[in-house]
Amino acid sequence: MLEILGLRATVSDKEILKGIDLAVKPGEVHAVMGPNGSGKSTLAQVLAGHPAYVITAGTVTYEGQDLLAMDPEIRAQNGIFLAFQYPVEIPGVSNAYFLRAAYNEIRKARGEEEVDPMSFADLMDEKMKLVEMDESMLTRSVNTGFSGGEKKRNEILQMAVLEPKLAILDETDSGLDIDALRIVANGVNSLRSPEKATIVVTHYQRLLDYIVPDYVHVLAGGRIVRSGGKELAVELESRGYDWLLEEAVA
Amino acid sequence: MIEPYLDSFEAFSANGGASAPSSVRSLRLSAITRFETLGFPTTRNEDWHFTSVAPIAEGRFAPLVHAGGRVAPAQLVPFRFGDTDWTTLVFANGRFDAALSDASSLPAGVRVFPLARAYVELPQLIERHLGTIATFDAHTFTALNTAFISDGAVVHIASGVELPRPIHLIFASDDAAKDGVAQPRNLIVLDANAKATVIESYVGLDDGRYFTNAVTEASLGDGATLTHLKLQRESLRAYHVGTLDVRQGRDSHLFSFSFASGASLSRTNIYTELRGTGGGATLNGLYLGGDQQHIDHQTRIEHVEPNCYSRELYKGILDGASHGVFNGKVYVHPEAQKTDGKQTNNTLLLSEKAQIDTKPQLEIFADDVKCTHGATVGRLDDTSLFYMKSRGINARSARELLTYAFAADVLETIELAEVREGLEAVTLRRYASA
Repeated sequence: MLEILGLRATVSDKEILKGIDLAVKPGEVHAVMGPNGSGKSTLAQVLAGHPAYVITAGTVTYEGQDLLAMDPEIRAQNGIFLAFQYPVEIPGVSNAYFLRAAYNEIRKARGEEEVDPMSFADLMDEKMKLVEMDESMLTRSVNTGFSGGEKKRNEILQMAVLEPKLAILDETDSGLDIDALRIVANGVNSLRSPEKATIVVTHYQRLLDYIVPDYVHVLAGGRIVRSGGKELAVELESRGYDWLLEEAVA
Repeated sequence: MIEPYLDSFEAFSANGGASAPSSVRSLRLSAITRFETLGFPTTRNEDWHFTSVAPIAEGRFAPLVHAGGRVAPAQLVPFRFGDTDWTTLVFANGRFDAALSDASSLPAGVRVFPLARAYVELPQLIERHLGTIATFDAHTFTALNTAFISDGAVVHIASGVELPRPIHLIFASDDAAKDGVAQPRNLIVLDANAKATVIESYVGLDDGRYFTNAVTEASLGDGATLTHLKLQRESLRAYHVGTLDVRQGRDSHLFSFSFASGASLSRTNIYTELRGTGGGATLNGLYLGGDQQHIDHQTRIEHVEPNCYSRELYKGILDGASHGVFNGKVYVHPEAQKTDGKQTNNTLLLSEKAQIDTKPQLEIFADDVKCTHGATVGRLDDTSLFYMKSRGINARSARELLTYAFAADVLETIELAEVREGLEAVTLRRYASA
């Protein structure tokens, strides 16, 4: 589904990703872990097409196509979704309007008919339950004045509505209390299927108790320094990142 | 050039304006004298630093004295906010048009008249208030308007009366207004604890060149609440100067919204004086400019007494080579302790040639106050654009939606649903193609 080869990226002339190789198959959940500044959020943003990053080397192939040649909206229309670490506030656009606009654009891109506000409201009812969100969130402006937990739940709501093939969660657990974490993880788990894949970017192992990964990769200094199964995350929890960094240098 | 106005004043005071009460006639006389002394402001005048009124001063506009009966009801439909049962006074090319107006079935304690009838029905109200709030010592355009007082609307809400429906004053200009000047003069008086919503629409029905110089004065008694919506949608070749001058009593509240999208050159003045404790004023606005339009707003809030608040949010979207000006003054007098003031001006520039001059000003002479102000000028936010695109929304729709949202954020503050939704639709049509 996704194949990253030798990916290098810079922001403001500073190299952040220094050669990433990663392959994700349908049905898999990959966790990308690493200390602050390791480049894991950059990797997530690059996959979604953030314009601030310049790709200097490498390829990313998504379903046989050159992902890096696609604009961010084309990537989304082809099934890629990034749950932002810092969801953006858009005062003046209601959550419902925003979601319906996105939903319809993606349907249009797939050659499906747009849905009217009434049928969309029915769809929303169902999806809102998934993330235990109150209806009033729909009439409020996108993320505006939302608490940290509400913003993250809103990201998962968008994901539930847009039904991506490849979901990338960028530190979705940061700033969440245990209840919000459980709600977010339930939302993600309920969307898992053999056709879909998920990349979970996180600093802590905590989220991986709820969203159990098939593979864990440790990113440090812009490279993947270790890959393993879910037990690697547990090891990182008890030993921290330092031993890996030392090994990588040695 | 002030001479054409001085010349036409002679004719006006002898003929068209001769029927006014003596208090009004003497007010006009002192106003024309003051206008003669002041002349038109130049950009050396601090209040007019960013706005040259040369096209108005040298424009040779003839006073519109004849009744304009050429406006058809259908022409006003786009400006009426649906099929409402609002009290509506229509002024066509500067003159009250009874056929287009409806001020029937008003509740007890509510009086709404065109000026000429108010002279007869409400002589004491006129004598007591007209010209006392909108002072013209330092305001050329108010002096000019006062000198030519002849038509407009008078609204009086008696003590404790809450007006259930808005009053809509529509000032419409069509080709009969060509090269003419209309100077509507309105008076709104709310007695203690009265509550009302007044909408003033200044609209161009075709693309004519004319000049509107309007003045509205409003007196808010203790505990009164006025919602005042001024909608400037003049012809794109027109010139517009509009002033709202308010005096507020104790515990009174003013909500003012100024929407400006029309006129080649416009200047809107919104002034209020908080003359009693415990009251407050919210002054919001939205200006939408394109092509060569020049849109200027000047606001002034005078905190005279303690424990009052003021809130101000003005937003603008400027495209083409348009020029916006925002000059907001908050003046806190020495006695006005515990004043709570906040002023914000945000402008979105959609083109390289569009420009804004913004000047938020706080002048504080009390020591125990909380006042903040801020201004931003920017382009569409890249992070927000990326966020929307990452959800599959195409680049053009994302830009349009963000532009609309920028405006909708301040339009949301209008409580009256018909006007809020009407202006949202106007804005959406302007910035979103889909």
